[in-house]
Amino acid sequence: MDGFSSQRKLISFVCLIGGAILAIAGLGMAIGKTGNPLRGAAIILGVVAFFVGLYLFPTLKHHRSIVNIIFLFPLLFAFAVTVIIPLVLGIGYSFTNWDGIRVRGFVGLDNYIRMFKQPSFLWSILITFLFVVFNIIFVNLIAFLLALLCTSRIKGLGFFRASYFLPNLIGGIVLGYIWQFIFSSVVTKFTTALFDSRYSMLSETKTAFVAIVIVYIWQYAGYIMLIYITGLNTIPGDVLEASAIDGADAMQTLFSIKIPMIAPTITICTFLTLTSAFKQFDVNLALTNGTGSVASFFGNYLTNGTEMLALNIYSTAVINNEYAFGEAKAVLFFIILAIVSIVQVRISNKKEVEL
Amino acid sequence: MHTKEKTSNVVIRFIIAVIVAAYVLFPFFLVVINSCKDTSSITANPIGFNGISLSQLGQNLLDVIYNTHFLFWQAFGYSVIITALSLVLLAVLGAMAAWVICRNHTKWSTVIYFTFIASMIIPFQVVMLPLISTFRDTGKFIGIPMLQSVPGIIFAYLGFGGAMTVFILNGFIKGIPMDLEEAAAIDGCSPEQTFFMIIFPLLKPVITTVTILNGMWIWNDYLLPSMMLGQNGAVKTLPVAVQAFVGSYVKQWNLILAAALLAIVPMIVLFLFAQKQIMEGMIEGAVKG
Repeated sequence: MDGFSSQRKLISFVCLIGGAILAIAGLGMAIGKTGNPLRGAAIILGVVAFFVGLYLFPTLKHHRSIVNIIFLFPLLFAFAVTVIIPLVLGIGYSFTNWDGIRVRGFVGLDNYIRMFKQPSFLWSILITFLFVVFNIIFVNLIAFLLALLCTSRIKGLGFFRASYFLPNLIGGIVLGYIWQFIFSSVVTKFTTALFDSRYSMLSETKTAFVAIVIVYIWQYAGYIMLIYITGLNTIPGDVLEASAIDGADAMQTLFSIKIPMIAPTITICTFLTLTSAFKQFDVNLALTNGTGSVASFFGNYLTNGTEMLALNIYSTAVINNEYAFGEAKAVLFFIILAIVSIVQVRISNKKEVEL
Repeated sequence: MHTKEKTSNVVIRFIIAVIVAAYVLFPFFLVVINSCKDTSSITANPIGFNGISLSQLGQNLLDVIYNTHFLFWQAFGYSVIITALSLVLLAVLGAMAAWVICRNHTKWSTVIYFTFIASMIIPFQVVMLPLISTFRDTGKFIGIPMLQSVPGIIFAYLGFGGAMTVFILNGFIKGIPMDLEEAAAIDGCSPEQTFFMIIFPLLKPVITTVTILNGMWIWNDYLLPSMMLGQNGAVKTLPVAVQAFVGSYVKQWNLILAAALLAIVPMIVLFLFAQKQIMEGMIEGAVKG
């Protein structure tokens, strides 16, 4: 009557029951620490068989729901295991003295209190903020100017756009080393000739910081430029024509029409530069590895002059093996990033309305 | 509107564009010419053409390719496998999940959708340390290593790339008329047939976008593979191999730059072929993300 062949029913029930038994047996072997190498395969095969059985389950009414579950499960499972569970665990670990393998005890807010007493960490926060501010200003300004250049009438526009974007294709580690070469071997040739100074920009904290900003602009401005170009192209031609007829000069058109009309694009670009500069790690690692001396910061001598937050967290946990401490710093990093992003979007939205 | 523009303005703009392009491309030029030199020629003159020879380039490349820390072909192969499989799985599983989330107006699908969106702001640093220990323990528990293994890292990319993939695909699926699916159902299509035969082929443009975005990120990613695979593990991706190689060769710039050249070339070749798609994909991802 229900239109399902008895063969399909049989396969479905066999898969459901067999899969469940196999998966439970695998779990049992794993929990029992039997060391049976087949336990993983048993669990995986069991789960797959169970889903096959579920898919063939003889029902018309619930078939849609079953398909929904099967479609959602793989991605949600991966998401839960790699993002949600580690996030919850991580926040929990930050209140303990976890060493990366086991938790020895609960320490309350000790990790959080300790990081605010660590001058090198406070310095990292400070220069990260500086870096973010510099980048938001310079990347956006340069990208916007390049976008104006690349939407005007010049020959070879396609080539210029592509070549400005090119650095964005290359990973931070590789371009960090390329620029390390440029700063230590090429730029020094010029400084030797011009100022008789053999020192590499990377050997002094202040200039090394400038070097990171330069590399970052080089890498990122072309990408942001593309987004500005898209924004500029959405301005209707007749609006620009009308302003030309009304006698607006180039500057007036720029400030009274183009910039207000691409306000949403500015929001997007500011958000992108903000979050990516905040999370900067690869270039920092490859270019300076965070080194650089600071003579006195709250009366302390520091050797991590160019170490930004992401790198500071990494070296605390992975290099110094202070996992719980590093995790606490990471949680703070997350909180700062979330607050700053939300505030930025709020402010931009208000500005957009005003414009 | 620009018809009355002065020629001098156009010329000035063109010159500026050329200067900027020269500045942007200069590092690439330096990588190429210095990969063709030996160490002493680089020290003598890092920006000139003297000391360049093709045989020296071959020598440098061979030194790098067969270096035990770098092992180019192996790293390249792993990078290709990891990136390609992650991208295929993200596209298919992401589209499946996005379709379910988009077409079901239940409390659960809303919760899942907003969890995905909210998770996009989580920096990797917060999850990386517990992630490693979870993966290590899970691997021990089920007897299949999750760290230093290709399936493990692909699984991680599925988890980390899922949110953005679903978000962008969801925006696109919303625009596909429901009538299409209803017509298919009337014609006797089951839900899974409707998805794979009707919806999925329609997603081609947006899948190109997410594949480019995810591909750029996964191919160049350093932190995740370095944590999961380790610097000295058997499995290495290209960025990890470059880092391991540079760590072992202090300031042998001709070799380091040859390694950089090898790491850059695949990406540039790809860019030459798919320039338009890559640039459009990156823009769309940013505007929708």
